[in-house]
Amino acid sequence: MDDKLKVHAGPLLANLERRLFLKRGLSLGALSLLSGCELGDKLTDDESVQKLLRAMSRWNDGVQAWLFDPRRLAPEFPANRITHPFPFNGYYSEDEVRVVDATDYKLEISGRVKETKAWRLPELYALPETSQITRLICVEGWSAIGKWSGVRFSEFLERIGADTTARYVGFKCADDYYGSIDMATALHPQTLLAFKFGDQVLPPKYGFPMKLRVPTKLGFKNPKHIAAIYVTNEHPGGYWEDQGYNWFSGS
Amino acid sequence: MREVHPLPVRVTHWINVLALLLMLCSGWKIYNAAPLFDFKFPDALTLGGWLAGALQWHFAAMWLLVLNGMIYLAYGIFSGHLKRRMLPISPRAMLGDVLKALRGRLAHDDLSVYNAAQRAAYLGAILLGIGLVLSGLALWKPVQLYWLAALMGDYEGARLLHFFCMAGIVLFVLVHVAMVVLVPKTFLTMITGKLKNG
Repeated sequence: MDDKLKVHAGPLLANLERRLFLKRGLSLGALSLLSGCELGDKLTDDESVQKLLRAMSRWNDGVQAWLFDPRRLAPEFPANRITHPFPFNGYYSEDEVRVVDATDYKLEISGRVKETKAWRLPELYALPETSQITRLICVEGWSAIGKWSGVRFSEFLERIGADTTARYVGFKCADDYYGSIDMATALHPQTLLAFKFGDQVLPPKYGFPMKLRVPTKLGFKNPKHIAAIYVTNEHPGGYWEDQGYNWFSGS
Repeated sequence: MREVHPLPVRVTHWINVLALLLMLCSGWKIYNAAPLFDFKFPDALTLGGWLAGALQWHFAAMWLLVLNGMIYLAYGIFSGHLKRRMLPISPRAMLGDVLKALRGRLAHDDLSVYNAAQRAAYLGAILLGIGLVLSGLALWKPVQLYWLAALMGDYEGARLLHFFCMAGIVLFVLVHVAMVVLVPKTFLTMITGKLKNG
């Protein structure tokens, strides 16, 4: 009789146990989700975790420099693929865009170069012009296609007699932004000192009077309103990089 | 006592749990910076504090995910484990087992033999994982790996693929965990590798 009862009750009991287990499992899951965020933030703020994450970011700089092929060109697009309207992006909102005065604008040059003479806009506009229709990829994930024109940056570096064996080129901008790129990327044929966007003089929101256009790097590595360029072996960092974005950020 | 899961499978399984958790939670924070669709992931499920922190986690944990995944696949292929456990698999057997599972009639007598629904789910998860890594590489290096991005419909195509592979993996994890809750002894076997009276 007992055995018979067991046979019938067995599956029922197992079912009940299963349900209890399920219930407990689900509430445990919900609890761990709730505390997950707090735990994650604590983990991220922990000093040794911070150290590890920064070390991994530097390791990724090295891997990307190794992956970077100086002859590999970013894809170019036909004019009908250009994004309209092209999104504004910066560390401030669009109504805070700095307007640089063209008449007393000077581009300062310093560091490991032969010619430290400052450049006026007409002199810059007289440099040989090339154009590109390329995709700008933002660190946030979105992308947009635009047309930029200006002088090849390698050509400009040659004209100022830059030491191209130096490691970095740094930029200081009229909107207090700053940044830097590796020399290999600076010499890439698609890296432009751009004065035009969509065949028009670069408007203030896209970086008047000039923007460094680097289609082999993320958008924030394309400084706008450039006021000073310097060549150096000391790591110059950057506005976003110093807050945690990966420095190389190559595409 | 008999062995259900060999040691390399158990170790890589739990490392994968950690790596996937880090990748998903940091990835959701990155998604939130520029949502592809009309929704955001709840902040409580994200990792990194803000975009830069999330990116640091994502690009650190990717090494763990990929290296661990490669060790698992190399072991599975060269030991014959994958072939033994995952094959053969037929659509008809799979459908039959899924229907059985839905009616609660799927037998789990021998945990070392995967039924057809399991085989399909695990193989699918492996393929989704490969899809996630490849689309992730295309997003990270759309210029250096332009051919990979081109295969996926350029950068924006890779972005969509990365999202849908993520969604697929999340679906797999939800079903997988629900199944483990329903057949709790499978949880212990993935730790100890052995099963009493198995």
